[in-house]
Amino acid sequence: MKKLGRNIFAYLNERFLLQNLFDLSQKKKVPEHPCSFWYYFGGICLFLTGIQIMTGILLLLYYTPSIDGAHESIQFIMSQVKFGWLIRSVHSWTANILIGVIFVHMFSTYCLKAYRRPRELTWITGFLLLVIFLAFGFSGYLLPWNELSYFATRVGTDIAGSLPLIGKWLKTLILGGSSVSQATLSRFFWFHIAILPVAAVAVIGTHVLLVQILGMSKPIGINEAKVKEISFFPDFLYKDALGWTLILVLIGVLCVFLPWEVGKKADPFTATPLGIKPEWYFTFMFTTLKLLPSHIIVIEGEKLAILAFMIGGLFWMFVPYLDRRAAQEKRSPVFTLIGAAVFLYIVVMTILTYTVRGL
Amino acid sequence: MKNKLMMKKWMMLLALSCLLFLPGLGFGQKNSCLDCHLKLEGELRAPAEAFGQDIHQQFGLSCSDCHGGNPAQDDVDLAKDKSFKGAPKRAQIPEFCATCHSNAATMRSFNPNLRVDQLSQYWTSRHGQLLKKGDTKVAVCTDCHGQHGIQSVKYPKSMTFPWNIPQTCGRCHANAEIMKDYKISTNQLDEYKQSVHATALFDKKDMSAPTCNSCHGNHGAFPPEVKSVASVCRQCHSSTGELFSKSPHKKAFDELGMSECEACHGNHKILRPSNEMLGTGEKSVCVQCHESGSKGFQAAADLGRIIDSLEKQMKQNEDILALAEKKGVAVSDATFRLQDVMTILISTKNLSHGLAVADIREKADEGEKILAEVRQAGDKALREAKFRRTGLIIATAFLALFGLALFLKIRDMTKSGSRP
Repeated sequence: MKKLGRNIFAYLNERFLLQNLFDLSQKKKVPEHPCSFWYYFGGICLFLTGIQIMTGILLLLYYTPSIDGAHESIQFIMSQVKFGWLIRSVHSWTANILIGVIFVHMFSTYCLKAYRRPRELTWITGFLLLVIFLAFGFSGYLLPWNELSYFATRVGTDIAGSLPLIGKWLKTLILGGSSVSQATLSRFFWFHIAILPVAAVAVIGTHVLLVQILGMSKPIGINEAKVKEISFFPDFLYKDALGWTLILVLIGVLCVFLPWEVGKKADPFTATPLGIKPEWYFTFMFTTLKLLPSHIIVIEGEKLAILAFMIGGLFWMFVPYLDRRAAQEKRSPVFTLIGAAVFLYIVVMTILTYTVRGL
Repeated sequence: MKNKLMMKKWMMLLALSCLLFLPGLGFGQKNSCLDCHLKLEGELRAPAEAFGQDIHQQFGLSCSDCHGGNPAQDDVDLAKDKSFKGAPKRAQIPEFCATCHSNAATMRSFNPNLRVDQLSQYWTSRHGQLLKKGDTKVAVCTDCHGQHGIQSVKYPKSMTFPWNIPQTCGRCHANAEIMKDYKISTNQLDEYKQSVHATALFDKKDMSAPTCNSCHGNHGAFPPEVKSVASVCRQCHSSTGELFSKSPHKKAFDELGMSECEACHGNHKILRPSNEMLGTGEKSVCVQCHESGSKGFQAAADLGRIIDSLEKQMKQNEDILALAEKKGVAVSDATFRLQDVMTILISTKNLSHGLAVADIREKADEGEKILAEVRQAGDKALREAKFRRTGLIIATAFLALFGLALFLKIRDMTKSGSRP
């Protein structure tokens, strides 16, 4: 048996030069220090993305992207297909956990100032991944064609429609017309299973490649003498795998006890139900728009907020070039404070959405 | 040429001025009645104040259209000229309103769809009959429609809007002091409020739910006679009425001079029918007439048993599906099938009015057949829930073992300070 294994390896090694890869993995080192716990969230994101790809492909076997069949096909998957409930629940729960973990990964990277030179592009590709996964969430939410997702999409695209100058054009482009219809479902599906996966794979590839080339960042001012180094394979991977195992148990428990609901089929002719909200990761923006007065001085409150979010997003994306102190390996408390304020803002607004009546 | 252009300009200016000021000419008509009465206090001011909301005012009518007089005059004596009619006496109100409302030609110019037979209907009503005999305490037009704040029946705040009608009638009919002379009970409003019809009207805001005028009529309001009660109910419950007419009860009720529906369901306090009304229990309406051991008594027992059994089985299945759903198993198909059983149950209850036990049994069997399928689906869903939990325990145990192995390995590596 051992001999057979050796022969197979030798055959593959001759063609793929596997030994070189193994040698490289043996050489790759990861720094270990009190903050290295946060490194593992990147690996968890990658693991969850893998789950999403696998479950997404399986869901495609039965999902029908039409307004007459989408809801029924999800109902069929949940009630008739063997383990369909599990695949769909894993896909939906993992999508939400993944976005949560991306936020944790992003804020931990921000706080450790891991974006500083020469890792600016790693940060930017990471930010692009956040945008891509938010787009995954937004487009995937409509696919079951239920009441909640239908009206949340209507509200979401209305917000996009109020953007200055390009709003109307953008809304028509997203919806494929003037309202949420078959055209919208078709393009959301196309976006969700074709465009976004290609974009995600390309950006993830670049992000991971940059991590491999540049290695893991160490926190500013850390005592180099105290920093140990462990090998990536298998030491770091073992720890990564422990994290993945824990996440897998969490997903399993959630899917069995709280399978993702199918909801009522969307009826475009009914009035928008009260308290309609987008997915939790959009609520901080949604609640901000609701809390703002209709006009601030002469500008519409909603437009001003969208503009502020866009400027905020750009600031966040290009923070490696703005934080000059971090680039010089100096502490930058102002940027730490800004990060803490953004984090608090998102948490408070999200909590308010679910606790204050009428929001 | 220049003159022509100037002329054209002036003509256009004149036309524009006319367009701008013409509406003002119409609306600016003097109404000294309102001008004076709005300066007064109490009941002399009230009509002028309320008239702002009045439907007649919205159609361009003014005080003088009903009360006569010359509103262009500022002087009271001049305003109250020969044409001035003043306020009509109570007994004259129906004729007073009918001056226009019974005139098809007049009404056509305001609302061609409005009926013009209110007065003739009124004279056939109990109110109208008593008024003719000189009783001026009875209801006249203004008691139900208001005086100067009369609103369209389509307006939710109107006294005659469906959900305000019980209160409008109740103002007199629930007042013991007013009803004392007529020897009429005053509990109708309270009873109606407890009825299934009131629940539909007030709670579900179902505008088609019957209220006082649906059974008694509006302008021709009169208590329905024993013979006509059933016809009143049949306006909505037609299939039930048809079944009753074919049943052995029809002949018996006619011979005994009993009102049909009312005998079992009551009149104003028509409660939601329950299974207890059938059968031979304490609350059964059947045993009011059918003695123990009689054929009717046996039929009542059979009817009660069949419907009760179907309903109980349905409830059991509902509970099973609810439990499966709570445990996270999708049971939408079975829930959908259960709705079919609900339709059959309603149909079975309706069939009980026809007293054909065999037909009811057949319908109930149809329901029970579906219930057996639902039960099967429910049991399967519960087994599935158990399977999922067992699967989770096994998978978690394997993952925990794997995690523990990893943990031990990592601990080992940390202790030795080098990779294994």
